[in-house]
Amino acid sequence: MACLLEAPLRISVLSEVTATSRHYVDRLFDPDPQKVLQGVIDMKNAVIGNNKQKANLIVLGAVPRLLYLLQQGSSSSELRAECAVVLGSLAMGTENNIKSLVDCHIIPALLQGLLCPDLIFIEACLRCLRTVFISPVTPVQLLYTDPTVIPHLMSLLCRSQRTQEYITQIFSHCCKTPEHQTVLFNHGAIQNIAPLLISPSYKVRMQALKCFSVLAYENTQVSMTLVNVLVDEELLSQVFVRMMQRDQPIDMQLTAAKCLTYMCRAGAIRTDDSCIVLKTLPCLVRMCSKERLLEERVEGAETLAYLMEPDVELQRIASVTDHLVAMLADYFKYPSSVSAITDIKRLDHDLKHAHELRQAAFKLYASLGSNDEDIRKKITETENMMDRIVSGLSESSVKVRLAAVRCLHSLSRSVQQLRTSFHDHAVWKPLMKLLQNAPDEVLVMASSTLCNLLLEFSPSKEPILESGVIELLCSLTQSDSPALRVNGIWALMNMAFQADQKVKGEIVRALGTEQLFRLLSDPDSNVLMKTLGLLRNLLSTRPHIDQVMSSHGKQIMQAVTLILEGEHSIEVKEQTLCILANIADGNTAKELIMTNDDILQKIKYYMAHSNVKLQLAATFCISNLIWNEEDGEANAMTGSQERQDKLRELGFVDILHKLTQASDPNLCDRAKTAMQQYLA
Amino acid sequence: MDAMAELGAGSLLLGDPAFNYQEHELNERLKRLYPAVNEDETPLPRSWSPKDKYSYIGLSQNNLRVHYKGHGKNHKDAASVRATHPIPAACGIYYFEVKIVSKGLDFLSSLLPLSPILGWDKHSYGYHGDDGHSFCSSGTGQPYGPTFTTGDVIGCCVNLINNTCFYTKNGISLGVAFTDLPPNLYPTVGLQTPGEIVDANFGQQPFVFDIEDYMSEWRAKIHGMIARFPIGERLGEWQAVLQNMVSTYLVHHGYCATATAFARATETLIQEDQTSIKNRQRIQKLVLAGRVGEAIEATQHLYPGLLEHNPNLLFMLKCRQFVEMVNGTDSEVRCFSVRSPKSQDSYPGSPSLSPRHGATNPNLHSAGADSPTCSNGVTPPNKNKSHNKYPGISSASSSSSSSPSSVNYSESNSTDSTKSQPHSGTSNQEETRCVASDSEMEIEAEHYTNGVAENPSARIMNGTYKHQEILQAQDISLEDSCASRQLCGGNQAATERMIQFGRELQGLNEQLCREYGKNVTHKKMLQDAFSLLAYSDPWNCPVGQQLDPMQRENICSALNSAILESQNLPKQPPLMLALGQATECVQLMARVRSGSCSFARVDNFLH
Repeated sequence: MACLLEAPLRISVLSEVTATSRHYVDRLFDPDPQKVLQGVIDMKNAVIGNNKQKANLIVLGAVPRLLYLLQQGSSSSELRAECAVVLGSLAMGTENNIKSLVDCHIIPALLQGLLCPDLIFIEACLRCLRTVFISPVTPVQLLYTDPTVIPHLMSLLCRSQRTQEYITQIFSHCCKTPEHQTVLFNHGAIQNIAPLLISPSYKVRMQALKCFSVLAYENTQVSMTLVNVLVDEELLSQVFVRMMQRDQPIDMQLTAAKCLTYMCRAGAIRTDDSCIVLKTLPCLVRMCSKERLLEERVEGAETLAYLMEPDVELQRIASVTDHLVAMLADYFKYPSSVSAITDIKRLDHDLKHAHELRQAAFKLYASLGSNDEDIRKKITETENMMDRIVSGLSESSVKVRLAAVRCLHSLSRSVQQLRTSFHDHAVWKPLMKLLQNAPDEVLVMASSTLCNLLLEFSPSKEPILESGVIELLCSLTQSDSPALRVNGIWALMNMAFQADQKVKGEIVRALGTEQLFRLLSDPDSNVLMKTLGLLRNLLSTRPHIDQVMSSHGKQIMQAVTLILEGEHSIEVKEQTLCILANIADGNTAKELIMTNDDILQKIKYYMAHSNVKLQLAATFCISNLIWNEEDGEANAMTGSQERQDKLRELGFVDILHKLTQASDPNLCDRAKTAMQQYLA
Repeated sequence: MDAMAELGAGSLLLGDPAFNYQEHELNERLKRLYPAVNEDETPLPRSWSPKDKYSYIGLSQNNLRVHYKGHGKNHKDAASVRATHPIPAACGIYYFEVKIVSKGLDFLSSLLPLSPILGWDKHSYGYHGDDGHSFCSSGTGQPYGPTFTTGDVIGCCVNLINNTCFYTKNGISLGVAFTDLPPNLYPTVGLQTPGEIVDANFGQQPFVFDIEDYMSEWRAKIHGMIARFPIGERLGEWQAVLQNMVSTYLVHHGYCATATAFARATETLIQEDQTSIKNRQRIQKLVLAGRVGEAIEATQHLYPGLLEHNPNLLFMLKCRQFVEMVNGTDSEVRCFSVRSPKSQDSYPGSPSLSPRHGATNPNLHSAGADSPTCSNGVTPPNKNKSHNKYPGISSASSSSSSSPSSVNYSESNSTDSTKSQPHSGTSNQEETRCVASDSEMEIEAEHYTNGVAENPSARIMNGTYKHQEILQAQDISLEDSCASRQLCGGNQAATERMIQFGRELQGLNEQLCREYGKNVTHKKMLQDAFSLLAYSDPWNCPVGQQLDPMQRENICSALNSAILESQNLPKQPPLMLALGQATECVQLMARVRSGSCSFARVDNFLH
């Protein structure tokens, strides 16, 4: 009883107020059990709604004594129940109270108490556990430490409406990871909780519903099971639909919509099911309306964004439902200008939710505009939309910045918007700023957006180039995150497309050949593809090809050889053969291939490959090698003659001849064109 | 209710069972959607009007299908048709749908008074399919929703509570299109291109959009508004008012013990003294037991001059007394009867009828067939219940405003005095009856008042009864089985007494005519009463309904009200006054086009 010994020490430093509190604690030590009981009851009455009293009693060591009395088999069941009630009351106080209680190992003690047959005591323990577990300071893992706890809680669900309410509330707060979902699922959470959805008690129905929403979230197994569950001969999805009826409490509508959303996203309900199209989606749109509380509007918008993210048809329906696009513009009007003067409380409330509202709106806009060009247009035409995104990009809240850049990214998929609103609002500026210093998740979205802004038709490309973006992108290619490496190299690839010699030179210089070749052996095939793409773009027009090849020819040829020999996808090989074809198009660069018998053998191999794409690319390469330059000088002329002869010797003509009979028309044409060069 | 207004082409197909089925479904759906609408006053749109249409418009399929038959070259060729009736405000929320069966080049749909191009005329509103714009009283549209085409179902919802409108496309709400709408809008559709065909659904089929869900939201909103109506500091005042209402109601109907107990519990005072309440209670018991002669005597004894000053009431009582004589229940004939009653108190322990409140009867019917009555409280339809299920009211204290909605009448053949005694449940010829109203109630239904007595002879009665076919049928069969019933109890002397009394009654009528001039109501009353004698079995004759004990209630409440009035007490209890006022208020709201009336119906709150 270490705590008890400490108590007198502590009291000496406490104010006089604690004297009365101390009296309550002292009475817990009375030898007469009847007096102890009365003491606990008095303590219960003293702490209700009195946070200071609660803190005092905790400091004075009431908790260990109460826990001791609660655990003692010799205590009367009444005393044990009263102890649990007082502990529950203490837990209702501040977060510090909860911490102290958890530190005193209240959770195992209360969980142990649940084994007692006395229902009143069980309910008191559960109420206290509920209060402790719903606090953010309590580690949820404590519920799962003892594997017998969950099955026992399941078995207590049938005891009373109170046990149902508390247990389901504990579950819904303590189910945070897929592992938790699996544990609860494996212990029959669905079968045990489903009947509670039609409980006569609203609280029980509501907590059961919340349980299902956390269980189904991103969980295919749970969702697939849920669709087949019957409650009183009614399908669970229909029960949820009824809970979404407009005369139901908003909380219930919203949570039921979440359940259906999660089930839909997990693939358990089709996106064109009427319960999604005609019920869940409109319900979530309603949650975004001005009449709802700010919290509800945030949750509604986020859930809706999640629901329709992968489905363009849902996006189209949502975009015309109840003026949703215009409705979302209201999310940016907090704190409203009037509230500052008239109502301080309101201002405080507004401020608290302003960030959440903005990020939710950006998320929903991002989801709405991710596929359909008309919707993107509608969004950008919403009042001050682009300005809002631009300022959102530089907000202090990371959540808002991320959502804003997601929204921008979604809109940047539109060629028209890139040409117009994006340029008009110089979105590249804040975007560049964002890229300088941001968490990885923001960087991924921002750099991905930048890729689109660097497309050759984007008017923003020029100013971005001038802002020194190359260094930044090159540094991204060195990131540990594959997504960032892809985006970095992708942006460079877009930048190099049809770029002038200066830009290309800069890219090569900034990236460095070493890094370039490191990227060519990147484990991520996306990175490899985009790097090959960059190479191909660098090796475009003839003078560029010769220039790049004259300085980096040896390494490039090595890398190409390696890739063609390695285990890579068809796409990678095709891209590599295209690079070879580009090299073959150079004046001097050609020789690098002609003098490399190994490469020539490889080309020959791919011309006879079973995959038409690879055959095409390889044939293209040969075609370039044997090409007669019309404007060429005499030696060049003789050069092509020499090459033609050499290739004939190597058997390429026979292959070309065969290919003219190919079933693929493109391949056939390509081969015929090449053959004509010999006849010329 | 079934005012089938202008179903032109529909009548051609009346023999068609499919059509009849659709018709039935339409009526059911409209009744469910718009329970507050009184179609006698404001019929609901059920089809397009063949009269209010442009010549380019063709109608078919019971005037539900519209096709375009003009040239369709320019806007001048646009044509429209509107529904047979405007949207009644009492709908609260009104909805109809149009399915685009075939789209011409472009299609217009809207809601408005008739005009050449929908939405372009003054006070017209529309949503156009070709560009998705909304048009409001002008030629220039506002971007509103998506375009629509063949196969789409476009719906239009008019909210008459906040005077807004929104459209739906394939069951999805497109959001508010117009605000501040004027009243009396017609559902309308406009077409402009050859080949355009649209089908209307005014409720003939289930709607694609879940309008009932939308309605439920508004119902909840309005009920919430009522429940949260701020009373602020007047809370105490309200409580006193409510207590007074309950107390006066109990006193009015003579629930003496209950009233005393209530007064004690709430520490309030009862205005009327106990004796007075008990006297009224006694007289009411006598009337309700069919012993009208004794009731008249008692009234004359306890309230001298009352009936002299109310000759109409006296006449009514006497008429009733005659009927009761035929019935064999009045003491003047009963004393001759072998089977004179041991216990004549048909209301054991309970002085009066308990009120019947129901949730489904929208109107307050007067049960009286003669002079205007003021009766409040409504009757549940009691669809599946047989009278056997109604327990007799066992004690006065259990009779409150929510007491069981029926009363048992019993007759017994024990020989005893006329004194009131508790009814013995073991009497061997007990007959328990629960009766619905007669057909006269239907005829007179329009005469109901709102409980605000404008007519001096108005009387307040405690509960009314809705015409109920099932119950009536049971009643008849019950009476059939009861073959022992005979005129004046089958006693010759009694019959003679009755005839003599009839002559006296005739004399009284003539006297009244001389004094006050002819009275049609009296004449009819007398005729009806005398007609009973024309049939061998008065209980099963066209006027036999008069013998129904339920018919005693009107006269009972009239007498009760008259007594109270003579004592300078309110002739109707404030509770019923308030109820009547609220009912009338809601009906008035419908007339002044306040749509929320449809969700604030009084019977929603009566349980």
